[in-house]
Amino acid sequence: MSLELIDGINKIHELLSTNIEAAWVVSLIEYVLVGLGFLTLYALIALFLIIFERKICAYFQCRKGPNRVGPWGIFQVFADMVKILIKEIIPLKHNDKLLYYAAPFIVIMGSLLTFGGLQFADGVHGVDFNVGVFYLLAVSSISIIGVMLAGWSSNNKYSLIGAMRSGAQVISFELSACLSMMAVVILGGSMNLSELMAAQNDVWFIFQSPFTVVALVIYLIAAHAETNRGPFDLPEAESELTAGYHVEYSGITFGFFYVGEYCNLFINAAIGTLVFLGGWQALHIPGCEGFNQVMDAIPSYIWMFGKTLVLIFLSLWVRWTFPRLRIDQLLKLEWKIMLPFSLANILLMAIWVVVTNN
Amino acid sequence: MSSYEIFVIVFIMALVMVLGGSVIGLLRSPKSTNDQKGEQYESGIPTRGTSWMQFKVGYYLIAILFLMFDVEAVLLFPWAVIVKGMGVEGLYAVSFFLVVLILGLAYAWRKGALEWK
Repeated sequence: MSLELIDGINKIHELLSTNIEAAWVVSLIEYVLVGLGFLTLYALIALFLIIFERKICAYFQCRKGPNRVGPWGIFQVFADMVKILIKEIIPLKHNDKLLYYAAPFIVIMGSLLTFGGLQFADGVHGVDFNVGVFYLLAVSSISIIGVMLAGWSSNNKYSLIGAMRSGAQVISFELSACLSMMAVVILGGSMNLSELMAAQNDVWFIFQSPFTVVALVIYLIAAHAETNRGPFDLPEAESELTAGYHVEYSGITFGFFYVGEYCNLFINAAIGTLVFLGGWQALHIPGCEGFNQVMDAIPSYIWMFGKTLVLIFLSLWVRWTFPRLRIDQLLKLEWKIMLPFSLANILLMAIWVVVTNN
Repeated sequence: MSSYEIFVIVFIMALVMVLGGSVIGLLRSPKSTNDQKGEQYESGIPTRGTSWMQFKVGYYLIAILFLMFDVEAVLLFPWAVIVKGMGVEGLYAVSFFLVVLILGLAYAWRKGALEWK
């Protein structure tokens, strides 16, 4: 598929170049096409995840979930999207207008920029810097600024408490996510995602060292906490804070936070897949030629999205199973358990890499 | 198309998405006002005072600690890339750095900065 896609892109480029004289017009049209492609994929993934979560959650609770609009209720999410787009945006009296309307921009910006740094299939990727992993970590933490702004500018006590909790939680778990990815960077010897993918051609990183398994477990917990979900959903705890930082947002301005949250779920799972589980690489067992060829027959985008969906399902499973923690338990989990573990894991990983390489 | 160009495109697309959505929302949505509607939501009772006030110092401490460890992570990433080629020297070099860092964590732990008070 990926090769066909690249061929298709080249054909579009030729078609444009032959019909339009000015080179800058061709570039502009291509930029717009690429931008719209990213935006469409982003929105479709958000819509898919919303219906996916509603169905999964329903079956965990022995319900059917949405089942009226379309087969299995799959069009429910499109109906909801149109509804939220034309809902009233309630004008508030006492808020800080500039920061209040800037917050959704920053949340979506952080989320979409991270999305642009992912790899979706063999050769299909957007931003591919030499500091790839670092870039993903850096831009994914922009969103929290939007959350803090939303909470502060709403001039609402629920929002303020929710934003403060969210800030403390996200920046704390950011550390563990960062350090667990560093373990993989030590093993792979590069921060560039394409090079990390190439290093996982034969064996995924998860099978290359016992310490990447520890790193993956730490990463999954940290990434789950970063999305403000499941047992870590203190910022939005319905029973105490109603909705947390976005309680004052209405209509589509709320919708952006909602979309951002679901896309962050996908993005975190996708980063975990790319860095630990081989991304779009097929499952290979060294020495088993026949098995490897069968696995190679499956297209790379199916591997990528399949593995990502498994991680997302794991996240949903945790979310709908465990009861909520308290904020002190949450921060204790990060600072007293996960942080020492991930520091020790890095050191052990470095020793392991040095010993096995010499 | 280079990575930098795509970065700028995605950045602009994020702005376009939020701006476009907001404009559609503002144009198509119904509008109505009354005195109560613009008030802050506080579970139905009238709001008491402003919400821009002091908050718990615990969050501030967490942010300070985060700053320390995040800068450390930034410094460790370049080391992580080259440690494979450097061998044992790379381990020696970073172990001093990590010892100082872990001492810092131990100090904060001992002083009770990690407790939620």
